[in-house]
Amino acid sequence: MRNIWAICKRELLAFFVSPIAYFVITGFTLLVGFFFFNHLSYFAQLVEMSAMISLRGRDLPNLNQTVIEGVYHTMVVILVFLIPLLTMRTIAEEKKKGTFELLITSPVSVFQIVLGKFLSIAIVLVIMLSVNLIFPALLIKYGNPEVLPILSGFLGLVLCSLGFASIGMAVSSFTENQVVAGVISMVTLLLLYVIQAPAESLGGTAADVFRYLSPVEQLQDLLRGIITLKSITYFTSLIVIGLFLSQRALEAYRWR
Amino acid sequence: MIEVRGLSKSYGDYQAVENISFTADKGEIVGFLGPNGAGKTTTIRMLATYLPPTAGSATVAGFDIVTQGDEVRKRIGYLPENPPLYGEMKVVEYLKFIAEIKGISRSRIAARVEEVMERCFVADVAHKLCQHLSRGYRQRVGLAQAIMNDPEVIILDEPTSGLDPKQIIEIRKLIKSLGERHTVLLSTHILPEVAMVCSKVVIVNRGRVVVEGPLSHISRDKSLEQVFLESVSQDGSIVAAA
Repeated sequence: MRNIWAICKRELLAFFVSPIAYFVITGFTLLVGFFFFNHLSYFAQLVEMSAMISLRGRDLPNLNQTVIEGVYHTMVVILVFLIPLLTMRTIAEEKKKGTFELLITSPVSVFQIVLGKFLSIAIVLVIMLSVNLIFPALLIKYGNPEVLPILSGFLGLVLCSLGFASIGMAVSSFTENQVVAGVISMVTLLLLYVIQAPAESLGGTAADVFRYLSPVEQLQDLLRGIITLKSITYFTSLIVIGLFLSQRALEAYRWR
Repeated sequence: MIEVRGLSKSYGDYQAVENISFTADKGEIVGFLGPNGAGKTTTIRMLATYLPPTAGSATVAGFDIVTQGDEVRKRIGYLPENPPLYGEMKVVEYLKFIAEIKGISRSRIAARVEEVMERCFVADVAHKLCQHLSRGYRQRVGLAQAIMNDPEVIILDEPTSGLDPKQIIEIRKLIKSLGERHTVLLSTHILPEVAMVCSKVVIVNRGRVVVEGPLSHISRDKSLEQVFLESVSQDGSIVAAA
């Protein structure tokens, strides 16, 4: 436990001493702010329109669905591109610089190295996502959205980003080239993001499988305020698979 | 102590280290010599449990490097060829991190870091970032890292490369003092260094041991330089020594 924390602390120091964390967090917040503004003005337009034409009996525009769900969905897309930038250096850089040789010949286990590093990325991601709670907070202050979907959706985003980070880290453990790690992670996450696309044309069991594998589909319930065991299990599995692969990759690196 | 028995390492067809055997007893400083590409670093990496051997075995501090790697790692201090520093950390932060992962108790960390910095002459750069250090300081911070947990066995891969003459003298003194209580394996290609600090010499060439013996025996009739040149020019045949 102590070793995990020591490694995590060192990683956090690296994130916050170098400009990486600040740039990623600022960039993310800027993008999310932009999309928040867009969704909000679209919502305002809808409200205006529905006031002009009488919409009796039809659905009125919904703040949660239009703005919050919309922004959360966009955040997932941004995460697909940003998370590889955070994770690509984790292990690849250590191998390149030779500090990996230090870690692996120290009395710390490979699993502790992996867990410590993952924990540090998780902390950065939670900070980054929490900063962006300011946008739903604005809605709560000036409007009356349902709070539960905001929170469950946030939980979904945290789980999803941890899953992405875990995969990014696994990729980083297979190479000593950061750029290669970044590109492969991005491609992998993007593929995962669009994996439900063939579902429509395939139909049957195959369609169900593809839908199950899609983080977007799995987020759907959470964004609507429903926390299901299925989606929690899905994201936890992503995290576990990523950590397991990282661990195997580093063990293999030692024994070759 | 270190006991190496028939250690080999090959990468595909290339035999980097072939059937190497030697021993280093407690309190001994063993000079590990050889021309570039002789297999010194590969051997050292195997002893430090970084690389697995393809054949043979070795014990370090009484534990097998393959089956008891965890125990070995607790008892060694290892300075790789390139000092493994984190550029974005200050020297003192870096050494505290090392103390933590080497299992030094929380209450003793600060004092131990101070002590090690004094011993390795890096106290004056304690608050500099590692990436701004000169080669000589990097080397000495690397050495400080290696002796942090007062290990039984210290493995140093060319610890004096890049140092200025005054620093070389200080570091040699330090290594010599380490040899009183620890086993030190010192890889180098600076022959006078071996003559000054080591009690025993192992010369490798093309992945094999060509000379092994106490320094006093080896350099009795000829200079160490002569022994070295003769032994590495012959193809793997063993020069009688000891």
